[in-house]
Amino acid sequence: MAEITLSHLKHAYLPQPARPEDYALKEIDVTWRDGGAYALLGPSGCGKSTLLNIISGLLTPSEGRVLFGSEDVTALPPDRRNIAQVFQFPVIYDTMTVRQNLAFPLRNRGVDEGTIAARVGEIADMLDVTDMLDMRAAGLSPDNKQKISMGRGLVRDDVNAVMFDEPLTVIDPHLKWVLRSKLKELHQRVKATMIYVTHDQTEALTFADEVVVMQDGEVVQIGTPVELFERPQHTFVGHFIGSPGMNVLPCEARGDIAVFEGHDVVLEGAVTGAGGDVALGVRPEHVSVAEVGIPATVTKVSDVGRHFVVEAQVGASSLKAVLEEAPPEKGSAVHLAFQPNKTRVYRDGWIATEARA
Amino acid sequence: MKTINQRAWFFVLPVLFLVAFNALVPMMTVVNYSVQETFGNNKFFWQGLDWFEQILRSERFQAALGRQFMFTAIILAIEVPLGIIIALSMPRKGVWVPVCLVLMALPMLIPWNVVGAMWNIFALPKIGMLGYFMNDVLGVNYDMTQDPLAAWITVIVMDVWHWTSLVVLLCYAGLVSIPDAYYQAAKIDGASPWAVFRYIQLPKMKTVLTIAILLRFMDSFNIYTEPFVLTGGGPGNSTTLLSIDLVKIALGQFDLGPAAAMSLIYFAITLLVSWVFYTLMTKDDQQ
Repeated sequence: MAEITLSHLKHAYLPQPARPEDYALKEIDVTWRDGGAYALLGPSGCGKSTLLNIISGLLTPSEGRVLFGSEDVTALPPDRRNIAQVFQFPVIYDTMTVRQNLAFPLRNRGVDEGTIAARVGEIADMLDVTDMLDMRAAGLSPDNKQKISMGRGLVRDDVNAVMFDEPLTVIDPHLKWVLRSKLKELHQRVKATMIYVTHDQTEALTFADEVVVMQDGEVVQIGTPVELFERPQHTFVGHFIGSPGMNVLPCEARGDIAVFEGHDVVLEGAVTGAGGDVALGVRPEHVSVAEVGIPATVTKVSDVGRHFVVEAQVGASSLKAVLEEAPPEKGSAVHLAFQPNKTRVYRDGWIATEARA
Repeated sequence: MKTINQRAWFFVLPVLFLVAFNALVPMMTVVNYSVQETFGNNKFFWQGLDWFEQILRSERFQAALGRQFMFTAIILAIEVPLGIIIALSMPRKGVWVPVCLVLMALPMLIPWNVVGAMWNIFALPKIGMLGYFMNDVLGVNYDMTQDPLAAWITVIVMDVWHWTSLVVLLCYAGLVSIPDAYYQAAKIDGASPWAVFRYIQLPKMKTVLTIAILLRFMDSFNIYTEPFVLTGGGPGNSTTLLSIDLVKIALGQFDLGPAAAMSLIYFAITLLVSWVFYTLMTKDDQQ
């Protein structure tokens, strides 16, 4: 087990990349602590699977290095890296029993039969598949098959990291939840570094201690689920995480305040930088209906169960607010207030207000 | 209570009609011949199961059947492993894929009697390239018109040349359908190339391989045209396979009764072996 360092990694699938667009993975420089749970989150095609395959050794990066602890593993093949990977579609060896499937990675490494039996028993117990051990793996349901492929990863006690490439894609919704909590529990028991790739924010936020949000081959923000929610570094993070996503509204920055549809809005801190496209970002959860504030017209009210999502029109812009209490009626005129310490200006997509000390 | 609609039967009629004319009626004609004796003039005499008994007891039939089983066993033993090896070594993607596929398909596109004629000319001593090369360049005594062993080798090599492609193409289809994740997982699990073949490729090829073996069994067991054109069943009777013998009895000697009985026995053996093989191969899947 070791800390994982990705040092100035870049990858292009083209033989001679010239422009930045040629890179499927733009520069990434990050260190992951031993035993942590990390998620790579981003839409399809953002480079997260590329990054995962580089870590597991299925791909060699065009530039940069991968370090496990202090060892440079960039050029090592997957089987010499001591990593495990669980794929989108469960990979099981059809002709083997569940027991043989779980023992396979150990047998290939010449582990003695006594140790194998003990490890397989232990892992089967953790995954609740003890009663299936002597069944043919081909006949299992998709969620059990996925458990077995996870088990093959966990059965080796020397793994540096276990990687999950959207492992719940083919699992029925009601079982997704079960498997997800199983994973979390496993992470606490095995203490291996786990890296989880997904485009589903719920999966990423519930699983990981730290989430890496990616877009177009670039890391936009690395942070805990709370940080990503509370202070998105980029409008993409604001929009991608949260349901509904952050309101991104046209505005003008004037000194330390923003002017939105002719109304002054108090911000978290001083505006930094100059020029570029400026936008105001505020999460629906931080917009409230108040006595005084920005006049708006309610255009839509949706009851989503735990709270109400209200859509309102201010001048030419429309924005959303999440309200806990009974919402105003559709068509009514209201005043909206933005929570100042959660309201920020973004310049060319990136945050451009100073954090409050 | 559900009313049972009998109209569905009408939809089966066209198929029944087709099957009747391309299988049942000809088959019943053969059955008809197999239990009677005829001397022409459309006169028939009841013979019972005599022909069947006569055929089964005849040394000539037993010898031909023996040769037939040996031929089929040899070509299966060569074509199946060779086909798998070639399929495994073919590229999975890139510009060479269509080239390989076309090259593989070529032998199968040649009409059977042309294959026989080609190999006949190719293998004749003095005239053919192979015959000339073996005798006059390598100095090996090779004459398929005189030497039974040479004739057998030529017939087998010809069949391997003609039909290995079928096994290759079917196996290849099975191989390309394996998702990359399987190979990646195997790599991570530290599997050896043999383990990848044994636990991933072979199981994934099982269905197509079953079909390939079944097709090659039936085709080679019923083979007629190519060896007939190549060797005419000779030298002597050495390459007289079952269907060649059958044609000799039916059309050469015009013994329609024994020939019909022999056809039915022949058919029964093909059917039985295919059925047993298929049942064994698919038994696991039904569990």
